[in-house]
Amino acid sequence: MSDQVSYHIRLEPTRGWVALKLKELWEYRELLFFLVWRDIKVRYKQTILGASWAILQPFMTMIVFSLFFGRLAQIPSDGIPYPIFSYAALVPWTFFATGLGMSSNSLVNSSNLIKKIYFPRLVIPMGSVMSGAVDFVLAFTVLLLMMVYYSILPTINIVFLPLLLVLAFMTSLGVGLWLSAMNVQFRDIRYTVPFITQFWLFITPIAYPSSLIKNDMLRLIYGLNPMTGVVEGFRWALLGTDTAPGPIMLVSFVTALLLLVSGAFYFRRMERSFADVV
Amino acid sequence: MKAVVAVNLGKQYRIGGPQAKYATFRDALTQTLVAPIKRARNLMRGQAYGAAGLEEEIWALKNINFEVEHGEVVGIIGHNGAGKSTLLKVLSRITEPTTGYVDIYGRVGSLLEVGTGFHQELTGRENIYLNGAILGMSRAEINRKFDEIVDFAGVEKFIDTPVKHYSSGMRLRLGFSVAAHLEPEILVVDEVLAVGDISFQKKCLGKMQDVAEEGRTVLFVSHNMAAIEQLCTRVILLESGMISQFSETKKVVEAYVMQATQSLFQKSRDFPIYNNDETIGISSIAASITRSGHGKFHTLTILVDADVRQHLDRLGIGVALTTLEGVVVSSIFPSMTNYVITEAYGEYECHFQCEDINRYLAGGRYYVNVWLSLPRIEFLLKVDRAIIVDIPPVDIYGGGIYFEVHHGIVPLPMKYTLSQKSATLPES
Repeated sequence: MSDQVSYHIRLEPTRGWVALKLKELWEYRELLFFLVWRDIKVRYKQTILGASWAILQPFMTMIVFSLFFGRLAQIPSDGIPYPIFSYAALVPWTFFATGLGMSSNSLVNSSNLIKKIYFPRLVIPMGSVMSGAVDFVLAFTVLLLMMVYYSILPTINIVFLPLLLVLAFMTSLGVGLWLSAMNVQFRDIRYTVPFITQFWLFITPIAYPSSLIKNDMLRLIYGLNPMTGVVEGFRWALLGTDTAPGPIMLVSFVTALLLLVSGAFYFRRMERSFADVV
Repeated sequence: MKAVVAVNLGKQYRIGGPQAKYATFRDALTQTLVAPIKRARNLMRGQAYGAAGLEEEIWALKNINFEVEHGEVVGIIGHNGAGKSTLLKVLSRITEPTTGYVDIYGRVGSLLEVGTGFHQELTGRENIYLNGAILGMSRAEINRKFDEIVDFAGVEKFIDTPVKHYSSGMRLRLGFSVAAHLEPEILVVDEVLAVGDISFQKKCLGKMQDVAEEGRTVLFVSHNMAAIEQLCTRVILLESGMISQFSETKKVVEAYVMQATQSLFQKSRDFPIYNNDETIGISSIAASITRSGHGKFHTLTILVDADVRQHLDRLGIGVALTTLEGVVVSSIFPSMTNYVITEAYGEYECHFQCEDINRYLAGGRYYVNVWLSLPRIEFLLKVDRAIIVDIPPVDIYGGGIYFEVHHGIVPLPMKYTLSQKSATLPES
């Protein structure tokens, strides 16, 4: 052992808003990696269908949507076959919704860790959202197969897809941070999340195109929902719809960023009571 | 060089206070409607304490000041609820102090539980990586120590079996083994040695000894006084959230054992107690534990004062020791000893003394029954559970375990020899 002190820290009470400590978060990246890895490994253990659940969820929803909204209600789909129109939206949506659900409950589900060991608590909801990436890749592969089936070539704009995915990630984590921190104090959140997700599904142009909304002012307000940007962006990049990112996209990005930053600060503010309350 | 400096440290918890009573239905209704709004407001301010609306406050730690030098092994002892675990939680950054601060010089590794974050569905191998990462080891570090960890835990054969199929002992060994290979400058350990079988406990203790000898700083909570005496240079004694002593090990452990006994000579009944026609009574009873002149044992003394207000031809005073469950451990009465008072009248003091009591009796809590009688004829007055005594446990067999009631009431002078007759299969 060297005589040099490598590290000094003062533990004292904190009040109000506190720094995010992103540097420390970076130091714990391996833990984040292992938590994501654990979630992925464990997710479909003891299920018969295993990882096919990742595909079945959006795929079955697509079938239901196609039957009821596409066939029966004759909802327009920007000139693209309805099944692929809705599935292209459901893939990023499922990533978002799963991430939201998992992260909201993540702190409560990790209470034994929180009470027994220190690490930046932010890695818990972050890991939950990230672990959805594998599901996304599986569902996305099916999307590519469907594009082959419908003979649709992706546009050059496919290069923007990672950015759109980041936008979905930011939104999911942003809301997840708010809800997970609240959930520690109020388990009411657990019962609110499915409701929020369902509501959000309908204010996002998944079953219908956003072109149905004609009023420009209304469209801008509509764009406050970052998932609108994500979903329309996916269709634009892959299916070549006429929904190129415009002002709506900008609004989406700003909203997502606000959600994420405010969520992170709120989370850090509440963090000091996690171990005592959870 | 300092490793840990705590200054005026305090930790307050909020616990559920008494429930507000609703006077009328209207009050109840408004309460129900207003409470969530009030809580939501608190929540936004970042000062909520859960949906229960916890209002009563307790100080789990108060005015804690101490300094620990680098390379010191410091024990933390105290009764349940004295604040030991809270102190460890503050030191390992799990929870913030409410007042004061702690300066920590060096990286801290904490071990408040064995196998934190183990996942049932993952294999032993996978859990080593997961648990290692949770405890703060890097992947490279785990890779390097992997074989050593598996070897120490003795689970080579089952390393690729999901942990849910492990016996609880195996899980424990694996958990401890990962933690034992942490190399922080300051190690904070809760009572983890209390689990597992004797051989495992010995192994853990040995590992702790190694860590101590490597010159690391260790803060270590235990109820196992033998382990404390063996490992620690200095000991902190906590009492209701405050440090009552911080000094060299022998002194503090001694004080703790004595305090444990003294605080427990509580009378469970109020004296004097007289018989129905108030002709005879026991005016007081007291007990004390003192260290026997030689060795590690203690002496129990019971003093009984009797008040006789009526001439009696013969009088006997007897006492019995029972366990909390009421099993009579031993009794002594006049017909046995012929200590009979003849022509009794006035006040008497009767002295019962048992030297080296904890040589014969397990450490723990006992009741004393006391009675006055006409020897061989009838009880005149009988007071059950007159007083509680706590016999301090001692390390009877010298193996590091203090013999307590849950090991059995009587530590028989048993000797054992062991020889291997044939090779046996390992635990499965």
